[in-house]
Amino acid sequence: MSHSMVYNILSLGVPFSVALLLASLGEMFNQRAGVFNLGCEGIMCMGAFLGFLPPYFFKTGALAPYATLVGFAVAMAAGILLGLLFALVTVTFRAEQGIAGIGLQMFGWGVAGTLFRHFIGGVTGVPGVAAWAIPGLSRIPFLGGILFNHNPVVYLAFLLVPASWYVLFKTPWGLKVRAAGTEPRAADSMGINVNRVRYQALMVGGALAGLGGAYLSLCQAKMFADDLVAGRGFIAVALVYFGRWSPLGILGGALLFSLAQSLQLAIQVAGIKFPYEFAVMLPYVLVILVLSLARKARMRGPTHLGIPYNREMRY
Amino acid sequence: MNRFKLGYGAAVVLLATLAAAAVTALVLKAIGASPVATYVTIFTGPLKDVFGLTEILVRAVPLILVALGISIAFRSGIINIGAEGQMLMGILAATGTALALPAWPRGALGGGLWAAIAGTLKARLGVNEILSTVMLNYIAAQFYTFFLRGPMIDPGELETGSGTPQSMRLPEAALLSRLIPGTRLHTGLLLALVLCVAVYCFLWRTTWGFRLRAAGAEAKAARYAGISVEGSLVAAMVLSGAFAGLAGAVEVSGVHHRAIENISSGYGFAGIVVALFGALHPAGIVPAAVFFGLLLVGADMTQRSAGVPANMILVLQGVLILTIVSAKMYLNNAYAQERAARWFARLRPRPAPAEAKPGGQP
Repeated sequence: MSHSMVYNILSLGVPFSVALLLASLGEMFNQRAGVFNLGCEGIMCMGAFLGFLPPYFFKTGALAPYATLVGFAVAMAAGILLGLLFALVTVTFRAEQGIAGIGLQMFGWGVAGTLFRHFIGGVTGVPGVAAWAIPGLSRIPFLGGILFNHNPVVYLAFLLVPASWYVLFKTPWGLKVRAAGTEPRAADSMGINVNRVRYQALMVGGALAGLGGAYLSLCQAKMFADDLVAGRGFIAVALVYFGRWSPLGILGGALLFSLAQSLQLAIQVAGIKFPYEFAVMLPYVLVILVLSLARKARMRGPTHLGIPYNREMRY
Repeated sequence: MNRFKLGYGAAVVLLATLAAAAVTALVLKAIGASPVATYVTIFTGPLKDVFGLTEILVRAVPLILVALGISIAFRSGIINIGAEGQMLMGILAATGTALALPAWPRGALGGGLWAAIAGTLKARLGVNEILSTVMLNYIAAQFYTFFLRGPMIDPGELETGSGTPQSMRLPEAALLSRLIPGTRLHTGLLLALVLCVAVYCFLWRTTWGFRLRAAGAEAKAARYAGISVEGSLVAAMVLSGAFAGLAGAVEVSGVHHRAIENISSGYGFAGIVVALFGALHPAGIVPAAVFFGLLLVGADMTQRSAGVPANMILVLQGVLILTIVSAKMYLNNAYAQERAARWFARLRPRPAPAEAKPGGQP
């Protein structure tokens, strides 16, 4: 493998990881609070579609320069709303989270697909977000281009890793979130409103998943299609297991997946004969492998993950 | 079950359905379609002629089979979201392999083996079965297109150069005969109904079925009673996948007569909704499958007549899942029932049936 090929794989892999990283960090807050949100995929679909709409409709005019920014905001708002919906179903109505998640996925996917077919219908591009090379740092040979020559959302996502670590482990709210997912009864008796914390965590998770979806349509693909998200929401959920519910582990997992993706692209570009379908299959196989190997990690997970909290019941 | 309980259950399910219909109506409104007109087309359009009526049943057949499998898995405490992929593997096994077996068992074998991956990973390594079955869906879809475009493509397609990814027509002997000439209704319907009875007998009238249900209802108690919970997880998953694979084999030998792209058309996911809607019981699954068959045929009709994307059925299904799992809290909740009974009694001066007839059937 030549030097430039390694460079290409790495510099492509870094921005590829962003959508996974954002959604996965959001899912980490959900799971730390004890809610297993498989609807992440559906939220990403909605975020990808709704984020795509403003730049699509305001191509010219006074609003055009801000359209992409509005897109991100709309996607996050939609994510928060869907997070609230999921909270209503799983926290208030105490529904089984796995099945409800599949329902939310079908809902988000279906709404995005229906609206897309009605309002847009075909493949249309959006301008996207220009790369912003960090002055100074981007001049570092080799590493500079890989790490410091991307669009601002990439930097934001990477800054969110230490930020969410700080929020989760160093703030009172983070302690409440972890308590709600590990020992909700004890948290309740200390005066923490478990359900409210879970609602908040789901809203944070929804916002991040919506942002991740919008990143896919606005920055990565620069267009929207029905199957744009293609299971990344589910992969994000798996990454939380892989990353042992910690931001740094999740970052590692997201990079592993995005590098696998850019490696696969590089193999195709290099013209190495390999059935296309098997290349597409690769990340999904990787998820199953990763989950199989993460057995020990599960013991460190939130003990009340997936269990609705009912303060009227003993368990 | 006394009359009040039955009525209460029906009312909760009805409310859940209405809530789902209302949310979907909002989406219809957003794309400028009239919700009322759309619902009217969906619910009455397919009922107007014999072809529409038989089409409902044609859709109901794979839905029944998939939902039976899913209810076996759910009742055994393992969630199978992978019916879509298992169906595709069943179709591949039924059309592509040269085993000396009829198409049905081959399909069941294909789906069952595919599901065994997720079942074994869950039992041995504790891998979350929802995630693994979802991933296996994506993998199966790629396998399927790979085989249809490569090894299994109809040689005729390559000769004429059109290259449509589809397999050769199945041999005449492998096809299911049509029940009503001129329609697509095939004998698979009878098979599905027979299997409904079989699943009921299996789950509620045999020791094996009891073991599965016990492991699903309370794993700890089942383990104390000497039931291998891990074994029953794998068994339930394999059975569940076998039903989905069978659905695929029946679909290919009864309707399409060859493996084509998009053959599963979301039956694997719709089957989940049918199973939940049918209360995970064969007696509920049959009417639920007919109801969803009607929805699917009706959605196709609105797409053709009113230009409402058929994706909207996905919206309805998604919301239905959300409302039904939410309604469960009220369905099996003695407190909520009592509250409703008291409220009901206040409405009418006579005592509510729940209090009038104590000690009905347990």
